[in-house]
Amino acid sequence: MVTLTIDKRSVTVPEGTTILDAAKQADIHIPTLCYLRDINEVGACRVCAVEVEGVNKLATACNTLVENDMVVHTNTPRVRIARKTNVELILSQHVDHCVTCVRSGNCSLQKLSKDMNIQSVPYELDAQERPWDNSLPILRDSSKCIKCLRCVSVCDRVQSLGVWEVTGSGAHTTLRVHGGPKMNEANCAFCGQCVAHCPVGALRERDDTEKVFDALMDPEKEVVFQIAPAVRGAWGEMLDLSPELATEKRMAAAVRALGVKHVLDTTFAADLTIMEESSEFVERLTHPEESILPQFTSCCPGWVRFLRTEFPHLVPHLSSAKSPQQMFGAIAKSYYAKLLGKNPEDIFCVSVMPCIAKKYEADVPEVNNASEKDVDVVLTARELGRMIRACHINVASLPEEDFDHPLGASSGAGVIFGVTGGVMEAALRTAYWQITGENPPPDAFQEVRGQKPWKEASFTIQGTTVRLAVVSGLSSARALMEAVQSGQAEYDFIEVMACPGGCSGGGGQPIHDGVNLTTERAERLYALDAANEIRFSHENPEIKALYKEYLDKPLSYKSHELLHTNQADWTL
Amino acid sequence: MSRLSITPWENSQRTIDDLYADMERRISAAPCGNCPVELTSAFLKLCLAQSCGKCVPCRIGLDRLSDLLDRLLDGDGSEEDLETILRSAQSIVDSADCAIGFEAAQMVLDGYVAFRDDYLAHVAQGSCTANFKSVPCVELCPAHVDAPGYISLVGEGRYDDAIRLIRKDNPFPSVCALVCEHPCETHCRRSIVDAPLNIRGIKRFAVDNSGDVPAPPCAPATGKHVAIVGGGPSGLTAAYFLSLMGHKVTVFEKKAELGGMLCYGIPLYRLPAAYLNRDIDCILSTGVEVKLECCVGVDVTMEELRRDYDSVYVAIGATMHKKLGIPGEDSAGVISAIQLLDHSVRDVKPDFTGMNVVVVGGGNVAMDATRISVRLGAKSVKCVYRRRVSDMTALEEEIAGAMAEGCEILPLKAPVRITADEYGRVTGLVVQPQVIGEVRGGRPAPRDANQPEELIPCDVVLVAVGQVVDSKSFAASGMPTNRDNLITADDGSIPELEGVFSGGDCVSGPATVILAVAAGKVAAASIDEYLGCHTDISANLEVPPAPFRLQGATGRVDLTEREASWRKNDFELMENSMSEQEMHQECSRCLRCDHYGHAGFKGGRSAKW
Repeated sequence: MVTLTIDKRSVTVPEGTTILDAAKQADIHIPTLCYLRDINEVGACRVCAVEVEGVNKLATACNTLVENDMVVHTNTPRVRIARKTNVELILSQHVDHCVTCVRSGNCSLQKLSKDMNIQSVPYELDAQERPWDNSLPILRDSSKCIKCLRCVSVCDRVQSLGVWEVTGSGAHTTLRVHGGPKMNEANCAFCGQCVAHCPVGALRERDDTEKVFDALMDPEKEVVFQIAPAVRGAWGEMLDLSPELATEKRMAAAVRALGVKHVLDTTFAADLTIMEESSEFVERLTHPEESILPQFTSCCPGWVRFLRTEFPHLVPHLSSAKSPQQMFGAIAKSYYAKLLGKNPEDIFCVSVMPCIAKKYEADVPEVNNASEKDVDVVLTARELGRMIRACHINVASLPEEDFDHPLGASSGAGVIFGVTGGVMEAALRTAYWQITGENPPPDAFQEVRGQKPWKEASFTIQGTTVRLAVVSGLSSARALMEAVQSGQAEYDFIEVMACPGGCSGGGGQPIHDGVNLTTERAERLYALDAANEIRFSHENPEIKALYKEYLDKPLSYKSHELLHTNQADWTL
Repeated sequence: MSRLSITPWENSQRTIDDLYADMERRISAAPCGNCPVELTSAFLKLCLAQSCGKCVPCRIGLDRLSDLLDRLLDGDGSEEDLETILRSAQSIVDSADCAIGFEAAQMVLDGYVAFRDDYLAHVAQGSCTANFKSVPCVELCPAHVDAPGYISLVGEGRYDDAIRLIRKDNPFPSVCALVCEHPCETHCRRSIVDAPLNIRGIKRFAVDNSGDVPAPPCAPATGKHVAIVGGGPSGLTAAYFLSLMGHKVTVFEKKAELGGMLCYGIPLYRLPAAYLNRDIDCILSTGVEVKLECCVGVDVTMEELRRDYDSVYVAIGATMHKKLGIPGEDSAGVISAIQLLDHSVRDVKPDFTGMNVVVVGGGNVAMDATRISVRLGAKSVKCVYRRRVSDMTALEEEIAGAMAEGCEILPLKAPVRITADEYGRVTGLVVQPQVIGEVRGGRPAPRDANQPEELIPCDVVLVAVGQVVDSKSFAASGMPTNRDNLITADDGSIPELEGVFSGGDCVSGPATVILAVAAGKVAAASIDEYLGCHTDISANLEVPPAPFRLQGATGRVDLTEREASWRKNDFELMENSMSEQEMHQECSRCLRCDHYGHAGFKGGRSAKW
């Protein structure tokens, strides 16, 4: 243990602790900007500067380790002036059109500037203006980039993709897509983790909310909303709602209040995905000689892109089942349109996702086969929040409402699609039933829960042992794929989600700088699962009806036509 | 009032001179991989600040060039801008009134030619292809030895770990502690503060104070067998790493001892056998098999090696001396420096007692020959060189050391012929005085002075004008050559001969130990991949965290040598080590570029390769 003094308070912390963490333990707040724990501890912004007695230079609290008898001052004139000067310098390279910035009110730089009472900047504004293709799912505004380097570190260290790189030197130092191509031509997975960790408005998703408002005004369009499982665990954060108020049913009410006629549930399609994917798995498992094993889940488009660019020879391992979003779109524009007596082109399908890669997925021509575009617009959870705010809906006062039906009923198995391990668990519940003809206890497979980046388990179902792996975050996915291709790891079924923690930690979820709510959101989804009377996808009555009335059975000809895809053909 | 007065050395000018000196040190410590356009723009601004402002090309031209470069840097440049830059720079070169202007523009032109791809990338992509290198010493070491890592280990007294960390990239820590040309020090960031770290000196301290550090365990046997032709630094480096990677290795060495030039080309007073043997013993301890006095091309053919082994690494060095090509060179008493070195390490040292020796050449080998001659009892030793002392390629300290031991350097003398007596024994070297002339190919070229030839009477002429590769039998077996050097791809492979790799002096021509080591390391990685493996080499140790109290400006500890009057009488190691006190101070000067600056973000340490 190391004992030091910070602002006259004695603090004892383990060796290897940073001044920042030691100060936190003593309830002393040191501001940070570029710092991201374990990911970006690079000391770029110099905002966390503190004075250490006996040392001439100021030290950065975020990456300076404590020493015995160290005497630290976090609030001296020198410290205050250096911090303020550094923030002013950053502001001189940052176009501060806060009122029109998507991050206004949720911007770390704005908060710092306000905290430091900066009312004017003595330096002339000299921000970088670099062109960007604004049709991409991820947008970059170079004039707002503060070179905190978080995007580079997140992409390198968490996602192992290295899409962002620093280029140029001195004042012309800038960030770009590695090697200089457009993002879609690089190996970007569009996971959006860079967006989720940008402290300012330099990186954001393409805002598609106006397209939805236009559709809502169009009398020719039947606007159908599908809301992803993970969104219900996080949507309230955008509206400062307490978790108690931010219920699934109040979310349905809020969406309906936007003027949406058909408030439906992607969770329904998650159940449908399970029916197809677990049937495919049972098929592969029972005919191993003619099948490719392990089977990989295919519901995460960030993961699919990753596999396509990084391990193309492993793409045949992917389940051919489309993601719930795309299954929903296909059913909405066929079965549901028929039920409404409408043409597919009269349906305007909007999905609300915890994800940015879903914007890419909906645009893949090869995935659309019920119409030209089965999902017309993909919104992130953040965009939904912005739409609700734009309409000044007082969500807290709304009574809870149900989803519309059909395509609004869901099982608890479908809900946990939003968490790492959830797809696997849901698939196993149904696979067990498909193999044995009876249901397992619903929580029989909870061993695959939890936030560990690489989990494994094996279960024996009627004498057959099924070996499973669940990973989240693309660097874990890379490690797993390397182990699979070298033969070091042998599994039958692998679930991958591109974002750490799965969709709960998705790149389209509400942003809270420095606070990770993935676990809390996941717990909400597990609570919904536990509370649901239906715990198995195959028991969802609307799924049963869909098969009976329209699809016949899983892996039927009609299913293949509407619900399956060959990811190897996808335009990247 | 007087017509003249003594101009006082103004304080302001003194400050400017100090600032220039600071800037010179900063430039010498330039980080590697900066954007060349950015640097050219910065240099131009400095040139512009020096302009008197009289002539148009300099006053306005340089400013406009600077604007155009800034446009490129802002990502707003076009192809037309590039043309304007070229045309304007050429016009300034052609028409500026003085060197302040025309040399500035020439710099832009030279930079444009060398970095054309970068300029084009700035137009096409709005940014450049440059790649900032975080740690200058690691970057500039050809073998990329983790200098900040081992310096911090030495500073903590962890000498054995320091040796382990060095061996991760270079199995010759003891040799390099004494004879490395230390390119790692050339851009040391510490130069910005005071002077570069004495990195080699710190390594020497570790080597002298470490215990017996065994080699790490080898990876499980792969069943592959690699033949290495040549037991010099490159061949043995490849042998060491390949052995660690689990391959079986056999080294074929023509001579009776391993070490190549380390054994036969470096005088014992610079590299005692004990240091060399320590490294070689460690290398052999990994299970490397050695066939001494086995000449590939005579005792065994390349074809046989290719047939019997899974891969072959050819590292035969550059061991054949060049001749002067002047009359009288075959006289008795004309000896190649390489031959002298070879003899001096074995117990067949010639006796120069009472003789006058002339050494021809200006490189490190010439200095070795000079200083060996002193030790062999020569009455006088003169070193004859065509150019100036400042043009000599030998290290400055080598020249100074030779002079301290009583040698004379005779610059600007070109050998014309060697005279001999009726028995064919050398009596003197006739030289033509030279005058230094115009710069050609980056170096000032000498030409004959309008002075008569001079005779330097002597009994021995030592020729040290370079070595070449003895590659004939290898060329005959199908290996491509350029002049006498072997040709390989960047990874050491020879596309024409599958499974055959080459590197070291036989590819580069005579160079340094650390370049040979680097080539051996690259070859080991390439051969490992070629054999279908990918075995990582790592040191598996934690480097101490960087301290945040950095030492203020402090002088560099230079290594001293034993007194000249003593050392010139023997072949004992002449360089002294640092004291422990000096070592601690020197280690504390390290700015830990592996942690501070860019490395804290990226590129701080490669724990494995």
